[in-house]
Amino acid sequence: MYKYDSFDQQMVDTRVEEFRDQVERRLAGKITEDQFKPLRLKNGLYLQLHAYMLRVAVPYGTLNSEQMRMLAHIARKYDRGYGHFTTRQNIQYNWIKLEDAPDILADLATVEMHAIQTSGNCIRNISSDQYAGAAADEVADPRPYAELLRQWSSFHPEFNYLPRKFKFAVIAADEDRAAMRLHDIGIQIVRNDAGEIGARYYAGGGMGRTPMIAPLIREFVPIGELVSYAEAILRVYNRYGRRDNKYKARIKILVHEMGAEKFIEEVEAEFVHLQGQNIDAPAAELERIIAHFEEPAFESGLSEDIDRTDPDFAVWLDQNVDAHKRPGYAIATISLKPAGGIPGDASSAQMDLMADLAEQFSFDECRVTHSQNIVLPHVRKADLYALWQKLDEAGLASPNLDLISDIIACPGLDYCSLANARSIPVAQKIAKRFADIDRQKELGELKLKISGCINACGHHHAGHIGILGVDRKGTENYQLLLGGSGAEDVSLAKITGPGFDEDGIVDAIETVTDVYVAQREDDERFVDTYRRLGMAPFKEALYG
Amino acid sequence: MKILTGNELKSGDVVWWTGYNWSRHVSDAIEVGDTVDQIIAREIAARTVSDCYTVDAERTDAGILPLHIKEKIRATGPTVRPDLKIAPPDPAAGNWVI
Ligand code: SF4
Repeated sequence: MYKYDSFDQQMVDTRVEEFRDQVERRLAGKITEDQFKPLRLKNGLYLQLHAYMLRVAVPYGTLNSEQMRMLAHIARKYDRGYGHFTTRQNIQYNWIKLEDAPDILADLATVEMHAIQTSGNCIRNISSDQYAGAAADEVADPRPYAELLRQWSSFHPEFNYLPRKFKFAVIAADEDRAAMRLHDIGIQIVRNDAGEIGARYYAGGGMGRTPMIAPLIREFVPIGELVSYAEAILRVYNRYGRRDNKYKARIKILVHEMGAEKFIEEVEAEFVHLQGQNIDAPAAELERIIAHFEEPAFESGLSEDIDRTDPDFAVWLDQNVDAHKRPGYAIATISLKPAGGIPGDASSAQMDLMADLAEQFSFDECRVTHSQNIVLPHVRKADLYALWQKLDEAGLASPNLDLISDIIACPGLDYCSLANARSIPVAQKIAKRFADIDRQKELGELKLKISGCINACGHHHAGHIGILGVDRKGTENYQLLLGGSGAEDVSLAKITGPGFDEDGIVDAIETVTDVYVAQREDDERFVDTYRRLGMAPFKEALYG
Repeated sequence: MKILTGNELKSGDVVWWTGYNWSRHVSDAIEVGDTVDQIIAREIAARTVSDCYTVDAERTDAGILPLHIKEKIRATGPTVRPDLKIAPPDPAAGNWVI
């Protein structure tokens, strides 16, 4: 894992003291709320429905156990004993007091964490593949490149006031576990025919009110020019992006309106202009960063055998455990979607336990996923049963990864002041309706995603089944969408027709899954059947 | 009727204007009249609250309640965490938002 050097630490510590001073001045009346608001937002502090909300960055979703314990400590000491892991691999606390915020940031800084650039029209926390460094299908660990971009984008003076917020995802495998092409910039680390490492750049993707899949911008950028190519894209966006209309200000609108071809022309011209300006980090610096992500001390000669005698363990093993690149190891996902629970929420005690388990079983590492679960990336197969027993005792062993109850849900109207409708109760009702794990397994991979408003933090456009909460004359209403995917088979979901009330949407989910079960062929997933048949049979069943 | 709400500056807690100070319980809210702009200006200047605004409300058997679901949830806490609810004086408070 990356360790801060003295520059990183000083930047974060200085920022804490700067914010402490800003909070003191606000409380003393020396600055107004209008003056203070942009300052607190730059430090991830929002004013939400019930209180201040603090969003803490988890760079590329990677945490060590000390950091996870700190997240638990903050929940316990300053919040109400829990936190919410988000679809951008961050964590949010819902009940923060302004007067505590500087102390929280100071505590975070002691474990090399912060909340900088988790809000505002700047480059946000960079997300990545939760299986980084463990997946068999990656060409390299993507996190050093994400870290290089993190360093470049932190406090970048030119990109601190962009037309709108800006999100990167960096992956290094063909299987896309990070919804890469639904980001402002999506980067896939690849190897060319000569065996050299480079970056495939996509730009102009995103969800929100105008969802777009990012087109390919460049097939191969040599890794030594990773940063200058990103800078070229950002410069074109900063120059031409629309500042006159908030709803048209994201890069996806620029790429769409300008046309990908013209956009690429502009980027390439800017890229040429930037060459020779020493924007990229020297090779030695990249090597220094890569060294931080060296593999842990994997053992060799480990047993591949797993005792499947316990049937509950076997169900979890089949569903929540994935192949690791090294023999004798596996990747285990801890589901934060217990039946009837709140997707992505974890209590302080659960966070402490996950930290302990990461330390004991996974070389001190865990990962936050964009699906709001936690991954232990490097578990010895021989330890899986012991791990499962501890998770099971703590209610963290739901065997539902990628099944219908593994629902992504944004905070919605229960917490979010921008929401039109509640997301969490809908997720809970659906999870309850499909509680039978055999039924879930029978339905197979089914990604269900719920947003409480058009901003799409719950990724509803990218759900095999998506749900969007809307306000219909003061009451909550839910639109149903089908056919989206955030994976390598990326697609945008389409609305079925008129929306439903809270119970109606749960029935509607059952209706569309019934159509799927009746019509599927061979090993088709829900989304495959939808793609083969189109919307018609689903619509017919829903609306007659 | 209109009632006045804001967030307490230090804690961020949702508060309601009672006629002479702020309460965390919406049932303590009073109807505000023509002087609301003066109250807002004075309270913002005193740095007690931020983000002051009025909301539509009605008088019910359980006391004063906002009309819109968003303000109802704001007044009583997340519907999915009954343990964190600020209960109005109504035994059925757990359900009345829905
Ligand atoms: S999608 Fe809307 S309701 Fe949900 S968290 Fe985002 S802004 Fe809030």
